Amino acid sequence: MDELIKYAPDLGLGFLENVKLSIVAAVASLILGTILLAMRVSPTPVLRAAGTFYVNVVRNTPLTLVLAFSALGLSDQLGLVFSETPLTNSFWIVAMGLSVYTAAFVCEALRAGVNTVPMGQAEAARAIGLTFMQSLTMIILPQAFRAVVAPLGSVMIAMIKNTTVATAGGFLADAAAVMKITFDQTGASIPIFLGIVVAFMVLTMPIGFFTGWLSRRLAVVR
Amino acid sequence: MTENGDVTPLVQLENVNKHFGALHVLKNINLTVSRGEVLVVIGPSGGGKSTLCRTMNRLETINDGKIIFDGQVLPAEGKGLARLRSEVGMVFQSFNLFAHKTIRENVTLGPVKVRGIAKATADKRAMELLERVGIAAQADKYPAQLSGGQQQRVAIARALAMDPKMILFDEPTSALDPEMVQEVLDVMIGLARDGMTMVVVTHEMGFARRAANRVVFMADGQIVEENTPDEFFTNAQTDRARDFLSKILTH
Repeated sequence: MDELIKYAPDLGLGFLENVKLSIVAAVASLILGTILLAMRVSPTPVLRAAGTFYVNVVRNTPLTLVLAFSALGLSDQLGLVFSETPLTNSFWIVAMGLSVYTAAFVCEALRAGVNTVPMGQAEAARAIGLTFMQSLTMIILPQAFRAVVAPLGSVMIAMIKNTTVATAGGFLADAAAVMKITFDQTGASIPIFLGIVVAFMVLTMPIGFFTGWLSRRLAVVR
Repeated sequence: MTENGDVTPLVQLENVNKHFGALHVLKNINLTVSRGEVLVVIGPSGGGKSTLCRTMNRLETINDGKIIFDGQVLPAEGKGLARLRSEVGMVFQSFNLFAHKTIRENVTLGPVKVRGIAKATADKRAMELLERVGIAAQADKYPAQLSGGQQQRVAIARALAMDPKMILFDEPTSALDPEMVQEVLDVMIGLARDGMTMVVVTHEMGFARRAANRVVFMADGQIVEENTPDEFFTNAQTDRARDFLSKILTH
């Protein structure tokens, strides 16, 4: 227990990085995932093909490889630099990689939601003269989102836990990295281990409860 | 049957053909709908009635032939098609009210988002239309809270809110409990009296007799017979139509 108390400030700062990564990736992956969904259901074959290609490539690539590629390939080799400060740069590289990765899962969760919306809703939207984008954003997506609030919550929970592999993208400041550094110095400590587990549960469990409650509340009655 | 002295037909279908894979569902259809006309399309299931109705606002594409609406060939896609659809109301068998929007929002969405009418103006007009179809008291409920007959009357109000030049009715009473059919037909008869151009796919012979100017009998993807309702029901010219009528009029 002593180790946990002693290293709590460092671990806490590390955990704050996990929270920051989570917030950035949640916003970015929801936006990118929605764009990917629009591509996958669009009437334009090229966009559909591009969306399908993206999802199938990214979803089937291990996250550690996505992050390693972002850091070593995009940043080091191809010169994608967000900041001159290495730690800040690697934060944004990891945030980007995690967003890009999670977006594929957001897209697929939303697509499952789109499939719950009866065909007649889109036909009625088109029949009053709404364009494809208007039908999508005003009629289809609002109903699709409501249908998949709980699965989207699961995607977000997985994403939050995935912030702990940020090391793969060269970001060595998150709670898991701090834990490893601490263990390297002091030997493994079960209290530290459990402390981090509890911290993540405090973050993710309410998301599960909240999205479960929200999905019942928002359910579209047919 | 004409308004403003304009005698050009509102809709013209010329040699329209449609295939679903190997199935030839519309065979060389030629049909005109005049302004202010109420055209009833009847016939056996699978005969192409709904498909015909849905081609008129291009919810179904056609393989060849030509459809002209108000002097203009139906646009294939994009803004032009959206504009055409905003001028052609559609009432579906399964109502298709927007499930996540209130009754009032269902009626105002088109006018506000498609026509760009101010929200307050659209709201006022929506309440007038809901009043007309007898649903004003339910304006803030959601579709699932209404009966089928009420939902279908809202769907008619939603179509009317766009001030369409024509309304297509695709079996509007087929999904309703029997006791709710009349309330919907009454609204439709009112529209017919007010001079709305209507194409109605239906099995309701009573409606056809009371409100239709012309009956088109379709079977196997073809228009088999066209006549006035009285002539058609009492003196059908083809065996196919007489056979169909004998099956539906006996019970």
